[in-house]
Amino acid sequence: MSKRKKTQEDYYLASQWTLMARKLKKHKLAKVSMIVLAILYFGALFADFIAPYNINSEFPAAYKDTHPTKIHMYHDGEKVGPFVYGVEWVVDKKTFTRSIVEDTSEYFPVGFFVKGDDYKLFGLIPCNIHLFGTKTGSNGSPASSARIYIFGGDQYGVDLFSRVMKGSQVSLTIPFASAIISFFLGVTIGSISGYFGGAIDIVIQRIIEVIGAVPQIPLWMALSAAIPLGISTIKMYFYMTIILSFINWTGMARIVRGKFLSLKNEDYVMAARLSGVSTWKIIWKHLVPGFMSYLIVSMTLGIPGSIVGETSMSYLGLGIKSPATSWGVLLHDASNVTDIATNPHKLIPIIFVTITVLAFNFLGDGLRDAADPYK
Amino acid sequence: MKDKLKDFFKKDLVQYILKRVLMFIPTLFLISVLVFIVIQLPPGDYVSAHIAALQSEGEYVDADYAADLRAEYGLDQPVVVQYLKWVKDIIWTPTDSAFYRLNHSHHNWKYSFYYGKNVWSVIHDRLGLTIAVTSVIMIFQYAVSIPIAIYSATHQYSVFDYIFSVIGFLGTAIPNFILAIVLMYLSYKWTGNANVGLFSQDILANGINWGNFGDFMKRMIIPIVVIGTSGTCGIIRSVRAQMLDELGQQYTLTARAKGVKESKIVMKYCFRAAINPTVSGLGGILSSLFSGSTVTAMVLNMQIQGPQLYNALSSQDMYLAGAIVMVQAVLVVIGILLADIILAFIDPRIRYSGGTR
Repeated sequence: MSKRKKTQEDYYLASQWTLMARKLKKHKLAKVSMIVLAILYFGALFADFIAPYNINSEFPAAYKDTHPTKIHMYHDGEKVGPFVYGVEWVVDKKTFTRSIVEDTSEYFPVGFFVKGDDYKLFGLIPCNIHLFGTKTGSNGSPASSARIYIFGGDQYGVDLFSRVMKGSQVSLTIPFASAIISFFLGVTIGSISGYFGGAIDIVIQRIIEVIGAVPQIPLWMALSAAIPLGISTIKMYFYMTIILSFINWTGMARIVRGKFLSLKNEDYVMAARLSGVSTWKIIWKHLVPGFMSYLIVSMTLGIPGSIVGETSMSYLGLGIKSPATSWGVLLHDASNVTDIATNPHKLIPIIFVTITVLAFNFLGDGLRDAADPYK
Repeated sequence: MKDKLKDFFKKDLVQYILKRVLMFIPTLFLISVLVFIVIQLPPGDYVSAHIAALQSEGEYVDADYAADLRAEYGLDQPVVVQYLKWVKDIIWTPTDSAFYRLNHSHHNWKYSFYYGKNVWSVIHDRLGLTIAVTSVIMIFQYAVSIPIAIYSATHQYSVFDYIFSVIGFLGTAIPNFILAIVLMYLSYKWTGNANVGLFSQDILANGINWGNFGDFMKRMIIPIVVIGTSGTCGIIRSVRAQMLDELGQQYTLTARAKGVKESKIVMKYCFRAAINPTVSGLGGILSSLFSGSTVTAMVLNMQIQGPQLYNALSSQDMYLAGAIVMVQAVLVVIGILLADIILAFIDPRIRYSGGTR
């Protein structure tokens, strides 16, 4: 068999998923986005390890609003490898303004896999090794007296990079969890609507239309006002997930209903029904797999909206609140213009939000193209 | 005359519009139910909040007082009765002296607790500006995006097509309140002024008129960029894709073979077909404008409904918040209705088959 014939045969025998994967691989932007997202989620998973500090530990006041730490190579004209200096506050005697200056008397080498703050990896395994951090100083001072803040510090002197990493655990998982919830809600409600039709269908369609008509963010805001005050972070997380799923399922339900209307009279469904397969099983086993790819596309394209929803609600102070951290909370800290003007490093979380949203959009676009493998 | 009227109602278009307007009513009803549910969601009611406030001030409150208050404001009645009362207040706002009296008893449940005013008079203050801002942005979106989309589609793979495509992609994806933060920062850095969206006292007091229209537009530049970008880019992308589809159709080829002028093919045939999804998406665009402007208005310090909603929510003033959400939803539904009617005008297939959905 010639090689060409072989690839042709492969093409005709390949399953829908193989074809999709093949087509997705050709979509360069989607591939890059997938790698970016994988890195981000990997970062969220190992956030405690990658972050050099535990954000719940105590932070020295000297690092309040500090700009990103400079990493030096030469100490007193001598090359000693990457290191940082400690910092101290200097008060100008005339103006009484405080400024942060480096204390160049002692240097602290930077290294990988250093011992630092205690944390629990995955919330279970006690550990104190961090991906990077400072080591004991040249004059023997403990490593914790000089800190490496690659993104600078916030208004309490907490390392912004550690907060971004820790915040990604919330900001990246809430949209994901809510996408999964809205997937099940959408498929269940949409399939009921499409499969049974009639009065149920009309009522469900009206409800979907109405929820779709209410502007998302105002509705999210109104719903988040219903969250009782002073609840634990975990409960807050749970509520936010529910609120975000409350709107996203409608789009999914609409797709499912449309597909059901066209598929429910197919012969194979009739055959299944005649053989006594239960309605529930027909829906999940025979019908849903047929348009799964469209659902995944819709799910992916719904995630950026949820990310924006979570960040904007936390930004407004209606979602996750300090001391818990999410990217929205970090942006909330950066909402004072005069403060940002002197500390522009506080805008760094914006880059993370934007990159994530872009990546999900590109991936969704790539998936949408790939979902139609025969085109 | 009578026959003429009869003929008028027999027309497909008129029948279609009537049907659509009739469908508007159940939608309104459902929106009001949804909003009422949202209002009811927060734990406790106004009376319990009021009593908690009194107690925190050290006052002694006996149990009968709470019951009396609940009875007075109808909070002890079944939910359905409360709902009907609420709807009655929305449709029929008392304007006689009884209203004036109630207006000054700030804990009456019909009224916005925070402002101590009738909910509708509070909303009215900002509604005009909100609608003005939203419509200016919407007009801008269509005016900018459609020519660009046509250009991109007719000059596919040209330099400008690539530039617009990249901008379009980025514009749809970047959340607009983030764009607002960055622009605000840049504006402060360069001009020392961060209040980019603030309206002048004149506009706030007198609304928009011919005298201050220029000033209004000048202040709208950054809001237009921030709130309008994502929508504009979205329209560019969808119209471009549709146009490319239509340009490749058989009928285009036929028209070209018959020697019809290219500009006529594009404008008269392809564009008319390509604009359909964009027009039907009018409601969605309106909805996303309200959504986007809510957070952005807070970042930019614009005096439209967004900050009002936020204040209402943070002071647990659910009646005001519910009313704002309701007004926006109704505006969106009106947008959808208009879109359907416009579609019926430009696409005869729709009025014969009875609707897009």
